[in-house]
Amino acid sequence: MTETVLSLRGATKRFGGLVAVNSIDFDVRRGQVLGLIGPNGSGKSTTLNLISGALQPTAGDISLRGVAIGGLRADKIAKRGISRTFQLVRLLPGMNVEQNIIAGAVFGHRRRWGAAAKQDAARLAERVGLGGKGHMAIGQLTYIDTKRVELARALASDPEVLLLDEWLAGLNPTELQVGIELIQSLRDEGRTIILVEHVMDAIRSLCDYCVVMSSGAKIAEGTPDEVLSDPEVIRAYLGDDDA
Amino acid sequence: MSLTGKEIQGVILAAIALLVVGALPYYGSDYLLSLGITIAMFTVLATSWALFSGPTHYISLATAAFFGLGTYTTGLGFESLPFWSLVLMAGALGAVLAALVGLATLRLSGVYFVIFTLGLAELIRQLITWGQNMTGQKGLYVLTDFTEGNLYMMLVALASAVFLVGWLIGRSRLGFALRIIGDDETVAAHSGINTAQAKVLLFMVSGAVAAMTGAILAPRYVYIEPALAFTPLLSFQVVIMALLGGVHRLWGPIVGVIPFTLILETISANFPNQVTLFIGIVFLIIVYFIPRGFAGLIEQARSWSQSESMA
Repeated sequence: MTETVLSLRGATKRFGGLVAVNSIDFDVRRGQVLGLIGPNGSGKSTTLNLISGALQPTAGDISLRGVAIGGLRADKIAKRGISRTFQLVRLLPGMNVEQNIIAGAVFGHRRRWGAAAKQDAARLAERVGLGGKGHMAIGQLTYIDTKRVELARALASDPEVLLLDEWLAGLNPTELQVGIELIQSLRDEGRTIILVEHVMDAIRSLCDYCVVMSSGAKIAEGTPDEVLSDPEVIRAYLGDDDA
Repeated sequence: MSLTGKEIQGVILAAIALLVVGALPYYGSDYLLSLGITIAMFTVLATSWALFSGPTHYISLATAAFFGLGTYTTGLGFESLPFWSLVLMAGALGAVLAALVGLATLRLSGVYFVIFTLGLAELIRQLITWGQNMTGQKGLYVLTDFTEGNLYMMLVALASAVFLVGWLIGRSRLGFALRIIGDDETVAAHSGINTAQAKVLLFMVSGAVAAMTGAILAPRYVYIEPALAFTPLLSFQVVIMALLGGVHRLWGPIVGVIPFTLILETISANFPNQVTLFIGIVFLIIVYFIPRGFAGLIEQARSWSQSESMA
């Protein structure tokens, strides 16, 4: 059995009276693509935020390769090897594509500076399909290219775990195919990925394992086929007949 | 560390400028020298202000607090300690004050930081006034043998140091980190940058320089009192000059300092009651018409002429 890279035990986040994430447990193994799925407002993004340090858990443990990281500052978690993209693309508007990618390489998990960082940025730009666009301004990019920049920036620190928060959302059908293939290629490289996603095709073709959340709690887990045919999961997505 | 052709060109230009500027006491009139001191002072203050506020977009109105701290360091110590040690001490005190303010406020964003820094200068001013009332003292006489030329040269030296430090920071990881923070603090944190530490470090550099400027200039005022040393007008002037010049380039603020000082000088000589009105109008003009300052205009003109010649 391959090594567990990330594990959550009883991870909980309360906002006042609202329990956004209610005692979630799951493990991510090396090289696995784990899909975190569920209807809107089910607590998926909040869970990603707990892992990446954007939010502090109210209770529970999160550990990266056996070392507790729950509640650490975001920059410390990034240094330990978790990087992420954001639900709404966040780029650095004052910098060009190359600098945006370098931003991920200088301070994170595997740190490079100067010529080494530049070289890696060029390689990553090529890798995500931005070859030759290094000097473009962010404002000139198409939507999918902004997503590519964000992905390259997240990859630049060579993370242990990559968190993709609805990276495929908002793409048109052609772009979606390209996007799925890109993530597929990262999976083939052996990257460990947690994918928060709504696109069913992507979940089926990319995820090794799925954790389904509803109202902050885990309601199912298993392979994509297992969970997507689970009556409780269908009920969570489509609503209850008796309701 | 290797320099590109453009950087070597910059270094040569800077060296020539330094020679011309540094020799002013030998060829300039008294009036010119006095104007030179004012320009050198605002160059140091605006450039060091922009080192921090330029990349982070945190508007600090604390310049007067650091400046006043520096003048009082000299005012209280010039009879017992060598002057150079007072300048260094002022720098250290400025850095400590900046660290305290930074740790207390930089976690706050935007407008809270602005208000706090404005309040800080006022707080220190009131504390010193209160202290003086307690002891029955009014102000401090700072009587030294320094000529205007001496003070000017010290300021030019400090300005050179600020430009050198600013240039080095601009090339460093710290400088890059601050630009990322200025663009998106959340991205910065998730990229592994300790945002609070980076901001506090730069704020300390900025505060130390402003305090050293105050320490050097104390002898020029001869008599210092809280209302003069901690005048909030100074903080606003520095912000406006830096914005007028442009804060996204190291050389930006100086492009604002020179014309602003000259015009301000003319206006305060001829229309002393309209000075704040003038400052207000300039501020509005910057906000509405030249948000990237003169440096932005110059770069725009340059890229236009380049695309013209390419066409």
